[in-house]
Amino acid sequence: MTKSRSVEVGSKKVNLIPFSGWMVVFVLIPIALVVYYAFTGVDGFTLTNLKWIWVYRDTLWLSVWLSVIATVICLLLAYPVAYMISRAGEKMQRNATLFIMLPMWMNFLVRTYAWMTILENNGLVNNALRGIFGEDFAGLNMINNHGAIVLGMVYNYLPYMILPIYTALTKIDNSLIEAARDLGSGAVQVFRRIVLPLSVPGIISGITMVFIPSISTFIISKILGGGKDFLIGDLIEDYFLGNSGVVNYNIGAALSLVIMVMILLATYLMNRFDKDAKTSGGGIL
Amino acid sequence: MKTAGKIFNALIFIFLYAPIFVVVFFSFNSGASRAVFDGFSLVHYQEMFEDELILSSLYYSLIIAVLSAVISTVIGTMAAMGINALKGWKKSVLLSVNNIPVVNPDIVTAISMMILFVFVLSKFHGMEMGFGTLLIAHITFNIPYVVLSVLPKLRGMDQNIYYAALDLGCPPLRSFIKVVIPQIMPGIVSGLIMAFTLSLDDFVISYFNSGATFQTLPITIYSMTKKPYDLKLNALSTLLFAVVLALMLIVNLRPDADKKAKRKGAAK
Amino acid sequence: MEKNVVIELKHISVAFDGEQILKDINLTIRNGEFITFLGPSGCGKTTTLRIIAGFLEPDEGDVIFDGKKINGMPPHKRQVNTIFQRYALFPHLNVYENIAFGLKLKKLSKADIDKKVKEMLSLVNLKGFEHRNINSLSGGQQQRVSIARALAVDPKVLLLDEPLGALDLKLRKDMQVELKKIQQSLGITFIYVTHDQEEALSMSDTIVVMDGGKIQQIGSPTDAYNEPVNAFVADFIGESNIVDGIMKQDRVVEFSGHVFDCLDAGFDRDEKVDVVVRPEDVDVVPVEKGMLTGTVTGVTFKGVHYEIIVDINGFLWMIQSTDISYVGDEIGLYIEPDAIHIMKKSEYSGMFGDFSSFSEEFDELSDVNAGVESEGSDDD
Repeated sequence: MTKSRSVEVGSKKVNLIPFSGWMVVFVLIPIALVVYYAFTGVDGFTLTNLKWIWVYRDTLWLSVWLSVIATVICLLLAYPVAYMISRAGEKMQRNATLFIMLPMWMNFLVRTYAWMTILENNGLVNNALRGIFGEDFAGLNMINNHGAIVLGMVYNYLPYMILPIYTALTKIDNSLIEAARDLGSGAVQVFRRIVLPLSVPGIISGITMVFIPSISTFIISKILGGGKDFLIGDLIEDYFLGNSGVVNYNIGAALSLVIMVMILLATYLMNRFDKDAKTSGGGIL
Repeated sequence: MKTAGKIFNALIFIFLYAPIFVVVFFSFNSGASRAVFDGFSLVHYQEMFEDELILSSLYYSLIIAVLSAVISTVIGTMAAMGINALKGWKKSVLLSVNNIPVVNPDIVTAISMMILFVFVLSKFHGMEMGFGTLLIAHITFNIPYVVLSVLPKLRGMDQNIYYAALDLGCPPLRSFIKVVIPQIMPGIVSGLIMAFTLSLDDFVISYFNSGATFQTLPITIYSMTKKPYDLKLNALSTLLFAVVLALMLIVNLRPDADKKAKRKGAAK
Repeated sequence: MEKNVVIELKHISVAFDGEQILKDINLTIRNGEFITFLGPSGCGKTTTLRIIAGFLEPDEGDVIFDGKKINGMPPHKRQVNTIFQRYALFPHLNVYENIAFGLKLKKLSKADIDKKVKEMLSLVNLKGFEHRNINSLSGGQQQRVSIARALAVDPKVLLLDEPLGALDLKLRKDMQVELKKIQQSLGITFIYVTHDQEEALSMSDTIVVMDGGKIQQIGSPTDAYNEPVNAFVADFIGESNIVDGIMKQDRVVEFSGHVFDCLDAGFDRDEKVDVVVRPEDVDVVPVEKGMLTGTVTGVTFKGVHYEIIVDINGFLWMIQSTDISYVGDEIGLYIEPDAIHIMKKSEYSGMFGDFSSFSEEFDELSDVNAGVESEGSDDD
């Protein structure tokens, strides 16, 4: 009942005017423009831009594939870390989350370049190996390949996976775990039947927070992929800024539309998955 | 099991901090290579402070971050109060619109605004992208985060405190400032801080919307990485990182004292 | 007697962060008994319960279950189950799956599980709620599900940690009756934790009054009420006037400047004692017939009776009487020998004062603490 009266707190709809105006002009109209450009050419309405989606199908596929791999690796690395932090003492938890966020405070370009220093042919790892195996050691080929791109994605976005899972885990009421133990669950069953299903919301937001920036990156692929493996983000950048000589907003908009549709689809599937997990009683795993 | 866990955590820690260590370490390199350490020197720090471009873009970054954070906090806080008061489809529509810049990849947000700016500016002769477009772009992607951090505080607030203030004879606006604002202050502050850091750190959106003349720090860093890599960047990053680290330590030492006092009180 | 014992606690002590929570707890719990741990916030009652459940290991002492020491045995291997303060129902499972949770772990067949769940649902009057979502249930219904879930696994002992604390008064009264009925029909042991003395008196076979990590008194509800061992128990259970007295000889005590006959014996001559007189046991009589006389300073109508505050030589007594008096009246008080209960002096002597405003404030304060406890859960 108090909720409905809250209409008056903060005096009326005047509050919404700047927000609504701003969002319409700078969010909704720009997106409408993207759609408009995707379906127009010099002669007005056209579907020819969409043919470029087919032309670039390998790039699209590579972007999806590398992002999926990076997301899965992030999940596998993040869950144990998040779990261990959530079980630690209060002070330890605060320090650990701080340590996980701290690297994000250094510019990500500089940090990604540091990986180049570590991995490249004359980099730190290979030089160390030469110290062991002699100067003739050819060196490991660790950069300018798909693996390096995935590493860059995992490195940059791992915190985005750890933190939501950690938050979901800390939200689980300890009495639920005690109740499960009380009813006869051993440690493994407590994890499988209570902890894991209840942390699904954290896993899902972690997956979206890693997958979305991964699939749209154009920097990581440039620095660690050696510029030979274009991802969809690189294509969009090129078509809008003309770095490879051609500016074409229409193709760029069409490709952006593809990303948006893929993310919409992924979000939809995730939500379905989450709901299923809730209604079917955690029967997912 | 326990030691395995510790080793795993240590490896993750090394993974997250190895590049940072590399950056810091080579910032003290007397040579110019970012992979071969010749000897200790502060020469790159000195060069950094003499670099006009770095200093000016740091200045621009701070200006954009402060302005966009303040403006988006005002708009976002008002919006949160408006949205909180709404119900039904209107509320969910506004929340969905609010979420668009959060969910959309940065590059899509960036190019969509770029299309708008290019389109509008082409109608006005001689105007081009720069400070104005960059500020608008930053405000746009900051607003949703402010809304999302203020809204839960409004929801968690006992609405009756506002009526209690009115009941005690306080006029509406004053009640609002004296009673409601303090309640949601933590949300406003965290929204402001988030907006400030997002803006300071942003590369993708600035990259597409800053034009040729106006550069923020991340853009400058990016343009410098394209030329032969300059260790000035390491010096700069190390310095900024040290500032953040110091701030974090200060902030984190204080609540510790609070906690202890609280626990003592609770023990009674 | 020994054969009938299900749980024994021997010399249990626990400390957290250097603070002693339980000090040398000794207790024997019989099969089929409804036993209640009663005490204020922080008295150690929940801690004792958690030790029996296996969520907490005592620093010292033994927990004996069915004649076997079970220290160190994890909770999922113990034949005791718990009803948690705020139910601890699994939010991702529906009513049926919550109740079936423990049964599935026992690897029962589907048909057996189904039968047992149905049986439990009818026991707690929730037939037809199988597929309901936990969050769609009211507090009372959630409480019933948590009872069904714990009872489904056939515990020998059911532990209930302030199970009714979150319910409103009416519902709480109904659930008290229902819980007692369930306990009697199943014949299993209930160990019940509460800070509500009325609840403890009306439901229990045995009450264990606790304070400061120690057991103050173990006894039936009537014993605890009529024969409190010290000022703490007398004050915590029911209302009481606790005054200083001197034991003149067996069955003769002096307090408030008057010598009374009483029924208690076995004290030293001239031993200082605490005297308890329950407000309902004092008769209001004309001044000339009174053993004590005083001035009325306050009258409150309570429905069945008036609550009268009387100033006797500066000490405020509370008296419950069906006859009205008025503020300023001089009245006489008459106390029968069997209305007087004598207690040895203890660390609690003199702590509870009289019924001046301070006393009411103290009661309110302890209520606030009780509220905090039911929210702040486990660190009792």
